[in-house]
Amino acid sequence: MEVINGLLHGFAVALEPFNLFWCFIGVLLGTLIGILPGLGPAATIAMLLPLTFQMNPTSAVIMLAGIYYGAKYGGSTTAILLNVPGESASVVTCLDGYQMAKQGRAGPALGIAAISSFIAGTVGVVLLMLVAPPLSKFALSFSSPEYFALMSLGLAMVVLLAGKSLVKALLAMLVGLWIASMGIDLFSDASRFTFGQTHMLDGVDFVVVAIGVFALGEVLGNMESRQHAQVLPVPKGLRNLLPTWADLKACRFAFLNGSLIGFVIGVLPGAGSTIASFISYGIEKAVSKHPEKFGTGVPEGVAAPEGANNSETGGALVPLLTLGIPGSSTTAILLAAFVLWGLKPGPLMITDNPDLFWGLVASMYVGNVMLLILNLPLVPVFAQLLRVPVYALYPMIFGISIVGVYSVSGSLFDTWMLAVFGLLGYAMRRLDYPSAPLILGLVLGDGMERALRQSLMMSSGDLSILVSRPISAVMLFLAVLILVLPMFRKANAWRVKALEEQS
Amino acid sequence: MEESLYKRGDVISGAVLTGLGVFIVSEARGWDYFTVDGPGPGFFPMWYGIAMIAMSLVLVVSGLRQAAGPERVNWREVGNALMTWAAFSVCVALLKVLGFLLAFGLLTLFVVAVMYRRPLPVAFAVAAANVAGFYILFPLALNLELPVGIFGF
Repeated sequence: MEVINGLLHGFAVALEPFNLFWCFIGVLLGTLIGILPGLGPAATIAMLLPLTFQMNPTSAVIMLAGIYYGAKYGGSTTAILLNVPGESASVVTCLDGYQMAKQGRAGPALGIAAISSFIAGTVGVVLLMLVAPPLSKFALSFSSPEYFALMSLGLAMVVLLAGKSLVKALLAMLVGLWIASMGIDLFSDASRFTFGQTHMLDGVDFVVVAIGVFALGEVLGNMESRQHAQVLPVPKGLRNLLPTWADLKACRFAFLNGSLIGFVIGVLPGAGSTIASFISYGIEKAVSKHPEKFGTGVPEGVAAPEGANNSETGGALVPLLTLGIPGSSTTAILLAAFVLWGLKPGPLMITDNPDLFWGLVASMYVGNVMLLILNLPLVPVFAQLLRVPVYALYPMIFGISIVGVYSVSGSLFDTWMLAVFGLLGYAMRRLDYPSAPLILGLVLGDGMERALRQSLMMSSGDLSILVSRPISAVMLFLAVLILVLPMFRKANAWRVKALEEQS
Repeated sequence: MEESLYKRGDVISGAVLTGLGVFIVSEARGWDYFTVDGPGPGFFPMWYGIAMIAMSLVLVVSGLRQAAGPERVNWREVGNALMTWAAFSVCVALLKVLGFLLAFGLLTLFVVAVMYRRPLPVAFAVAAANVAGFYILFPLALNLELPVGIFGF
């Protein structure tokens, strides 16, 4: 009953003309940036964040969330038409989507991607609505030690899943913690790592780091090779975009598989939509009667990963909204946005800000419908965006980055910091350091240090407080387990390799 | 000797991060580690600084032990990216003198004409369109202040 009341209240908020407008802008922008390869939702949200400061937080979060899930719809367009994933989560869609397009079935492939995204996106929101309130109630019993343990767990899972090298992911996270420590220490008034600059006393603005590492880093990486891709033709007319009845029948399990796998993976901090899409594709292939056809252009190969990719959004918002723990770089930026608006995502979020929580949930239902309407008939129009020359697009991203940073503080010093973090973002990309752990270290660092210091104040410096409380102990144990397990796996791999070489 | 990007990059970045870790720990030693109220400002940096030194040394050692791979650094690609970054930095430096619109126009001109080797008329057209678009969107439509230079815009 509580959920139904909340949802009705949410629809009252989401259907206000002003919020509908921002929801539309969000999903439209999301679709556009999803279509444009080289600019992800994290970078876009980071760039647009400063422009939302003057908005009502509910409208702003509705718009930014629209960008987040809208980009996932758009990401499939380039995967199918260009064999270039608009987002990393659309990599798997290339396998069968591009093959379908090459066989002259680009329309049905795009249609299946849109329908699957709609179904799974809606299922994801339903599950978010059902899971988030009880989880929040459970988390109300948390105190500083539990928060420290929770943040450690969140960081540990992200580090584990963030990239090829665990060591590099850990190092990126530690750099994030270092940046988070810059500025005045609120407990003691000591200034830390300010390098004698008064501009640094307030610390480094999250927006500067996020735009620098994501937007500039991405563009600089794309500037390395100055190539243009060839787009496959998109069939015109809604009829040519609709999949056949046989296609839909073949995809019925894929819709369900994508919806559930995407949500479950989304809830796990750090797993992300890329992993969700790979897993659901793998399951789809494993249970298929014709697994050998996967990769040759089967509709299920598009439906399953696209569904998982979209359902993951609902799952990823569960830890963000109920525990204040972001599971990915995009949700980390959304968390920073909440903090900048003076909101505190966590167990009290639903009770303290029902307008925002339920408004967001309801807006996601509305946004999914908008996206289906936008994506089916307008795909041929959106595909024209791929013809925008990158030499016109990239300077625009540079310009928006400068405006975004300058509009937050009005300080030219921050634009210099932007250049520094842009170079850092490029270097990380080039040297294969994942950027998500850096952002998460930065976002969680301050809260993690505060929780640790408060815990040790509570216990007069006795570290056992972190493991003597059951919830905290379990979470810390899991965090350590997650960090240690891959080392054993690696040791085992070495052992197996050595045995093979011996034999 | 042919060295892979991966190996060299790991060793160099690992060494840089070791240096950063040493810097963090040395700075943290200058602040209170523990006070009567509990952990001081040096407590947390001390621990993540030590962790950074340990992790980066692991990276350096594993980089040195790793066999050289076939991948080589494509310096032309790196050069493209770094040249763009340098142009961006010059644009930032010029913000105070020329203001955002002029500095941004010059950056666009550089990217289109030099990095993408488009004809100058195209570069000028794109730069003018970008500057006009930004002027209409930000100062006019959104009432956002942009850096102003000596020319008053």
